Amino acid sequence: MSTAVTPPTSTGGEQPPASPVGVPRPSSRAARRFPWIDVVTTLAAFVLAFLVGAVLMIVSDSDVRSKFTYFFARPSDALVASADKVGGAYGALVAGAVGGYGPITETTAQAAPLICAGLGVALAFRAGLFNIGAQGQAILGALLAAYVGFSWHLPPGVHLLVAVLAGLVGGALWGGLVGWLKAVAGAHEVIVTIMLNYVAAGLLAYLLTTTAFQRPGRTDPISPIVDFSATFPRLVGGQLHLGFGLALLAAVAVWWLLERSTTGFAIRAVGANPHAAATAGMSVARTTIVAMAVAGALAGLAGVQAALGPSASGLPVPLSAGIVGSIGFDAITVALLGRSTPLGTVLAGLLFGALHAGGLAMQSVAQTPLTLTTALQALIVLFVAAPALVTRLIPFVKARRARALGPVPEGGLAS
Amino acid sequence: MTATSTPPSVDPAAPPPTGLALRGITKRFGSLVANDHIDLDVLPGQIHCLLGENGAGKSTLMNVLYGLLSPDEGQIYVDGSPVVVRNPKEAIGQGIGMVHQHFMLVEVFSVAENLVLGREGHGGLLNMRRARRTVRELSERYHFDVDPDAKVEDLPVGVQQRVEILKALANDARFLIFDEPTAVLTPQEIDELMAVMRSLRDEGKAVVFITHKLREVREIADTITVIRRGAVVGTADPDEPEARLAELMVGRAVNLVVDKEPARRSAEPRLRLQGVSVANAAGQVVVEDLDLDVHGGEIVCVAGVQGNGQSELADALLGTLPVTSGSIVLDGTRLDGRSPREIIDAGLGFVPEDRQHDGFVGSFTVAENLVLNSYAEAPFARGLRLDLRRVRANADERVGEFDIRTQTIETPVSSLSGGNQQKVVLARELSRPLAALVASQPTRGVDVGAIEFLHSRLVAERDRGTAVLIVSTELDEVAALADRVAVMYRGRVVGVVPPDTSREALGLMMAGVPVEEALAGAGAAAAAAPTSAGGDLT
Repeated sequence: MSTAVTPPTSTGGEQPPASPVGVPRPSSRAARRFPWIDVVTTLAAFVLAFLVGAVLMIVSDSDVRSKFTYFFARPSDALVASADKVGGAYGALVAGAVGGYGPITETTAQAAPLICAGLGVALAFRAGLFNIGAQGQAILGALLAAYVGFSWHLPPGVHLLVAVLAGLVGGALWGGLVGWLKAVAGAHEVIVTIMLNYVAAGLLAYLLTTTAFQRPGRTDPISPIVDFSATFPRLVGGQLHLGFGLALLAAVAVWWLLERSTTGFAIRAVGANPHAAATAGMSVARTTIVAMAVAGALAGLAGVQAALGPSASGLPVPLSAGIVGSIGFDAITVALLGRSTPLGTVLAGLLFGALHAGGLAMQSVAQTPLTLTTALQALIVLFVAAPALVTRLIPFVKARRARALGPVPEGGLAS
Repeated sequence: MTATSTPPSVDPAAPPPTGLALRGITKRFGSLVANDHIDLDVLPGQIHCLLGENGAGKSTLMNVLYGLLSPDEGQIYVDGSPVVVRNPKEAIGQGIGMVHQHFMLVEVFSVAENLVLGREGHGGLLNMRRARRTVRELSERYHFDVDPDAKVEDLPVGVQQRVEILKALANDARFLIFDEPTAVLTPQEIDELMAVMRSLRDEGKAVVFITHKLREVREIADTITVIRRGAVVGTADPDEPEARLAELMVGRAVNLVVDKEPARRSAEPRLRLQGVSVANAAGQVVVEDLDLDVHGGEIVCVAGVQGNGQSELADALLGTLPVTSGSIVLDGTRLDGRSPREIIDAGLGFVPEDRQHDGFVGSFTVAENLVLNSYAEAPFARGLRLDLRRVRANADERVGEFDIRTQTIETPVSSLSGGNQQKVVLARELSRPLAALVASQPTRGVDVGAIEFLHSRLVAERDRGTAVLIVSTELDEVAALADRVAVMYRGRVVGVVPPDTSREALGLMMAGVPVEEALAGAGAAAAAAPTSAGGDLT
C-alpha cells in the first residue's frame, strides 16, 4: 500500500526536476476561457427579472386583477387577461426596441451615452476606484460641449470637433480632480465624487441664470439651441448618429488602453494590488489621477452625447438642469452588468438603451407605465449582483457554477 | 531502507481500535490527483507530522478530514468504526479540531467571546461566565496563559493561535490538526507552540502537525509521514538526518548546504548606509542611526528577532518609507529621498518580505508579473504600446531559466505554489543588471527544493559583483548564505560578525548584548542570563 518502502534510488530517478523549457505548453490563449458562467448567470437574471416584471404588471392592472376575483370559477378569464397584458406590454417593449430600423436607431441613440458613462465607471473600477461621479463628470461634459456649440460659431466639422473636445476636457478635469484629491490628500473617491455631483449640478443651475448661458429673452433656466454645425450628424430616417460611433470607438480605445498599453498595465496593477505596484516602482498617485481623468473624460463624452446628439427634431435638446438625466447613475449599473469590461459595457449599454427605447413604446402602445422599465432594469441588476440568488432559483446554473469555482488544490499547478 | 519503518498496525488494512484512521483516501480535481489512496493512522498521545512540499496534498487531505472537501474514494475511521464527515460541524462532532493557518477569529471580540462564537446556546442567551471559566480552566490545564477578557486584536500572533487551539479544545477535540502553524510565528513563538503541542500530547490528544520545515519535524515529531505528489511515500523516524527527510520529501537528493566560493569583495562598499533613521507609518522611530556597508560581491545578512526594524530598513532602502535622517548611497548616488522608481532605476533589486502583499499582483499572469517593474521601458514599451510579444518572449525565457513550474505563462501567479511565486519575484528582479539586491525573508514559506534553488541564485548574483543584503529571521539561512552577519536589535546594528559565529553568541546579540560581551558570554554559555532570544532562534 502507500506506506510501503520507497527505495531511494527509484525516488531519485522517478521524478527528475522537470524543466518546463522543453515541455510543450498548451497555447497561451487557452488559459483565458470565455466566461460562460457570467453569460448564463446574466441570461438567467434576465429571465427572472422579466418574470417578476410580469407579476408586477398583473398585480398593478386593476382590470386583470378583477378577473382574478373569480379565478376558481373561471380560471381561463384571469389567465387569458394576464397573458394578454404581459404579452402586449413585452411585445410593445420588444417592438419599440428592436422592431425595425427606427426603433433600432432609437436604441442606439439611447445606448450611446450609457456606454460612454459606463466605460468611465468600468475603467475607474479596474483601477480600484469606485467612480460614483459619472453624473457630475457628464454634466461638466455637457456644459462645456453645449457652450462651445451655441456660443462659438465655427466652420462645420471644426465646430463639432472642438465642442466634443471641450466636453472631454470638462469631464477629464472633473474626474482628474477626484484622482488628485485622493492621491494628494487621501480623500476617498466615493465621498468626493458624490459631493462633486452636487457641485456640478449646482454649477449648471447657476450658469443657466447667467447671460453667458441663458437664452436671450427667456426667464427660465434654458440655454440657446446648439448650432447645427456642432450637432452629431445622423443617418436619414432614424436616430443613429455619430455619437454612437464615438461610443463604440471609445470602447475599443478603453480595451486597447487596458489590455495593450503601458498605462493600462499600470492601471490594472494598481487596481489589483497597489502595494505590489508601488513596490515595483509604479506611482500609485499618478496612476490614480490618470485613471480618474480618463474615466472623467469618458463620462464627459456621455454628457457630450446628451448635449450634441440630435433629438427627433434634428437639433440637440438645449441645455437645462436635467440635460443628462440620470445617465451617471445608470452608468454604474451598466458597468456592473458589463463586468467592468469594455465589451460587456457595450452590451449592457445596448440592453439598457433598448429598455429605454422600448419602454417609451410600451407606455404609448400598451398603456404600461414607463416606470416598469425602470423596475426591470433594477431587477436585472439585482439578480446579476446577487448570483447566489439566481443560482438558488435556477438549479442548472448552480451545477455549472459549483464546478467552475470548485476548490483549487493547494499549489495545484506546482507539480 | 532506513527511513521507512513498519506501519503501526500489524494488518495495515485494519484501522486501529483507538484514534483516527484514513484508508485509501483519494481526491481529484479534474485531471489532478491531489490525494492518491492515502492511508494514515493518528494515535492518541502522539504528535504525527505530515511532511511534504507545498502542493504535495497535505492541506487537501486535512480538508477532507475536516469535512471541507468530500473524498472521491476512501474511508475515515474514528476509534475503529467508519464515519462520514460531510462538513466541519460533523468533524467537530467526531472530536476533530482544526487550527487554521489563517486564524478564524473575530478580531474585535474578546477571547471568551470568540469561544462562544457559533455556540451561542439556546434562547439567544450568551453564557459568558461559562465561556470565561472554560478559557481559564483550559489555559490552566495546558499552560496557555490566555486572558479570557483580552481583545483578540491586541494579542500577539502566537497567543491568537492559542485562542484557535482553545476553540478546538472547548469543542472537546481529541484530534487536533495544525495546518502549517509555524508559518506566521516568530522563532520564539514557535518554541512556545512546540511546548503547547507537547502538553496536548501529554494530555492524551492526538496531534497532526502539517509542515515542510525539517528542523521543526525533527524537534517534535513522534511519527513522520511524508507525502509527495499526493501519495504517501514513506514514514520516517524523527532522528533521521535532515538530508534524508528532505530527499524523501522532494524525491531527490537535496543540498542543504549552500555551495559557495569565498566572497571576492570589492575594495569599496557599493551600498553604504550612514546614520540612517526611519520612522514607521505610525511615526515611531524604528531604525535609529544605523550604519552598514555592503561591498560588491558579498552577502551581508541582517539577522534579528522579528520587529527590530529590519522590515522598515528594507522599505527605506526601496524608498517606500522615508529616511528621516542619514544617507543611503549606492555606487556614489544618493538613494534616500528618491522615489522607488528612481531607486529601481539606480540598480537596486528588491525582494519584499511579504510577497503576496508586495511582491506580485496575484490576478496578473506570470508573464505580466515578470515585467511589473520594467513594463514601461524598452524593449517592452513601444511608446504607449505594450509589446506583448516581447513580454511573452521574456516570460518564456525567465520561466526556463528560473525553473518556474507553471502551466502556462498566462497562468495567474496566485495559482502557483509559494516557491514558484517567489521564483517569479526573484526572476523579475535578477533579470536586469543590478548594483545591489535587497531581499527580505527570501525563502519564507517556500519548500525545500525551491529554497535550494533560490539560495544558489542569490549566491550567483553575489558572484556577479552585486552587493547583496538579505534580511532573514531564520538563523539557518543566515549561516548558509552570509559572508558577514549584521545583527539588528531595536533599530540599530549591534555588531557585524562572521557567519561562523556560534548560535549562542548571535542569540545574545539579538537580545541586545554588545558584540564583545556576546562572544565572551557565549563561551561561558550557561552563565549568560538573557539567552532566551538566542535560544528561540536555534
